[in-house]
Amino acid sequence: MLSILLLMLSISLATFVLQIRNQLDQHLESNIKPFDMVIGAKGSSLQLILSSVLHIDNPTGNISLEEAMRIAKNPMVKEMIPVSYGDNYKGIRILGTTNKYLNTYEASLQEGSLFEKPFEVVIGSGVAKKLDLQIGDTFISSHGLAENVLETHNENPFIITGILKPTNTIIDHLIITNLESVWEVHEHDNEHHHHEEEHVDEHSDHKDEYEKEREITSLLVKFRNPLGALQMSRFINDETTMQAALPKFEIERLMGFLGVGFQTINGISVAILLVAGLSIFINLIKTVRERKQELALLLTYGVNTFQLIKLVFLEALFLSLLGSIAGWFLGRISIWFFSIFTEDLYGYHFVFSLPTNKELLILILVILTTLLAAILVSLSLFKLNVSKTISHA
Amino acid sequence: MIRTTSLRFTYQNTKNHTFCFPDIDLPPEKDILILGPSGVGKTTLLHLLAGLLPPKTGDIFIANSCLNKLTRSQLDYFRGQHIGLIFQKAYFIKSLTLLENLTLRERCSKKKSDRYRKEELIMHLGLSDLQNKKVYQLSEGQQQRLSIALGVIHKPKVILADEPTSNLDDSNCIKVISLLKREAQICKSNLVIITHDQRVKSHFNNHIIL
Repeated sequence: MLSILLLMLSISLATFVLQIRNQLDQHLESNIKPFDMVIGAKGSSLQLILSSVLHIDNPTGNISLEEAMRIAKNPMVKEMIPVSYGDNYKGIRILGTTNKYLNTYEASLQEGSLFEKPFEVVIGSGVAKKLDLQIGDTFISSHGLAENVLETHNENPFIITGILKPTNTIIDHLIITNLESVWEVHEHDNEHHHHEEEHVDEHSDHKDEYEKEREITSLLVKFRNPLGALQMSRFINDETTMQAALPKFEIERLMGFLGVGFQTINGISVAILLVAGLSIFINLIKTVRERKQELALLLTYGVNTFQLIKLVFLEALFLSLLGSIAGWFLGRISIWFFSIFTEDLYGYHFVFSLPTNKELLILILVILTTLLAAILVSLSLFKLNVSKTISHA
Repeated sequence: MIRTTSLRFTYQNTKNHTFCFPDIDLPPEKDILILGPSGVGKTTLLHLLAGLLPPKTGDIFIANSCLNKLTRSQLDYFRGQHIGLIFQKAYFIKSLTLLENLTLRERCSKKKSDRYRKEELIMHLGLSDLQNKKVYQLSEGQQQRLSIALGVIHKPKVILADEPTSNLDDSNCIKVISLLKREAQICKSNLVIITHDQRVKSHFNNHIIL
C-alpha cells in the first residue's frame, strides 16, 4: 500500500511539474509571439516585457507617443501598436490601444461591436465570466493597476460594447479600449488638480498641450526581419531616453531563472520515485515471503515455477500501473486546482491534456524498474523448497 | 500403482545421515499404512512419493511413470494430475473461500471441471453450508475435512496423507478414515497414510513399519 502511495506521489509531482512547465512555455510563447520588440521607459527590461506584453508587473513608466512613433517609423518595422494603461476595474487592467492589438492576437468578437468612441470597451472572455459582465454594462475604473476604491474616476463610466471570443492568450483577461479613453481619464484628473490649484479655466490651452505630449506606456513592434529588432534595440538603448526590450530574449531569461526551481522539484520527484521503486521491491519480497506457504501449496497442486513467477510479475505490474495511473490523475487534478489559483491571479489557466511523450517515458521507466524488482524477487522462487516449507509450518 | 526400489535420501545439512527406505510394491487401488516413531523419515518418504524431493538413489514408479526421470516442470504437471496430498496441518489460499479453493485445485490439475463431483464431495464432507466462507473462518475439524477434499477433488491416482488424524478426537478420527477410504474407492486410487496414531492401525491391513 505504501509503495503505491509513494509511486502515486512521485508520479503526480513529476507530471505536475512537466505539465506546468510545458503549458507555461506555451502560454508565454503564444502571448509574446506577436511582438519582436517593446519600446518603453528606461528601467528593467524584464519588467517592461512583463508589464507590457504579459500584463503582470507594473510598467516602467511612460514615454512620449510622438518620439516613439518617430523612431519606429522605419522600413524594417512591419507593425507598431501603442499601448497605454494606468487604470483597472476590480483588479482587471484596462488597456488603451488600437484595433491592431486585437488583430495581432487574432481575437474576434463573440458578440457586440468593437470600441469606436472613447469610453467604449471590449472585454476578454475570461473577464466576462469572472465579473459576470454583459454588453451594455457600465463601470467606473479606479486608478492604478491594483483594485482600490479610494481613487476612482467617477466622471467617466466605461460602457461595454463587445465581448471577445476566448483566444487562450492574455487578451481573455483584459479590458480593452482605445488610447483616447485612457488619456481622457487622466486628462480630466489633471484638470481637476489644475482647477483646484489655479482656480482658472485654461481648458483650451491644456488640450493643445496634451495633443502635443500624448504619452503611452509602451510601443509594441513587429519587424519584417528579426534582425531589425537587434539593430534597432541597440540604437534605442544607446541613443534615446527610452529602452527597447526583446520579449523572446527576456522570457528565455525568465524561464532560465524558473528552471532552477523546476529542476529542484524534478529532483525531488526523482528521489521519491527511487524510494517508490525500492518500496515496490521490498513489498514484493515481503509478499513472496509471507505467502511462501501458499506458493509452495500451489507447487504441490501442479503449478510450475514459471507460472508462479508470472504471478509475481502480474502483481508487480498491477501495483506499478495502478500507482502510475492514479498518480497521473492526481497530477492532473492538482493542475486543475493550480489553474483556478493562477487564473485568478495572473490570468493563466492550465488545461487538462492527454499524456505527453515525456510522461509515457516516465511510465516506461517505472515499469522497467518494477520488472527489475520482479526478476530479483523471482530468483528466490527457484530456490523455494516445497518439502521444507510444507513440513515446517 | 506404486513401486519403489532401493530408495535412499540424504538431507543436505545432515550429510552423514542417510534414510534408507524399504521397497514398496503396491498394486492399483490398494491401501497402505506407513507407521513409525517420529524422526525416521515418514514425511520424507511421503514427499519422495509426491515428487517434492528427489531421491539420492533408487527409483519411484507411480502409474507407470518413473518420477525421478521427469524434468522439473513435467514433475509439477504429473503432481497436479495424479497426486493428492493431504497435509498434517491444513494449507489453503487464505484469501479465497472454501469453494474457490476447491475450484483452484481442480484448475491446477488441468482436468475438466466437474460440478457434480464438487457438490457431492462438499455435501459428503458436511461443508455445504460453508462453501462461500473464507477458509480462516472454518473450525479446525472443518479445515481438516476441506484439506481432504483438496487432496481428492481431482481424482488422483495416488492419495498421500500425512498424519491426517493426529489433531482429531476419536469420533472425528473415524470419520476422516472412512472418508479417505471412500474417496480412494471412488477415485480408484492408492491410499498411502503415514501415521503414528494407533487408532488408525486397526482400519488397515497393509502396514509398513519404518
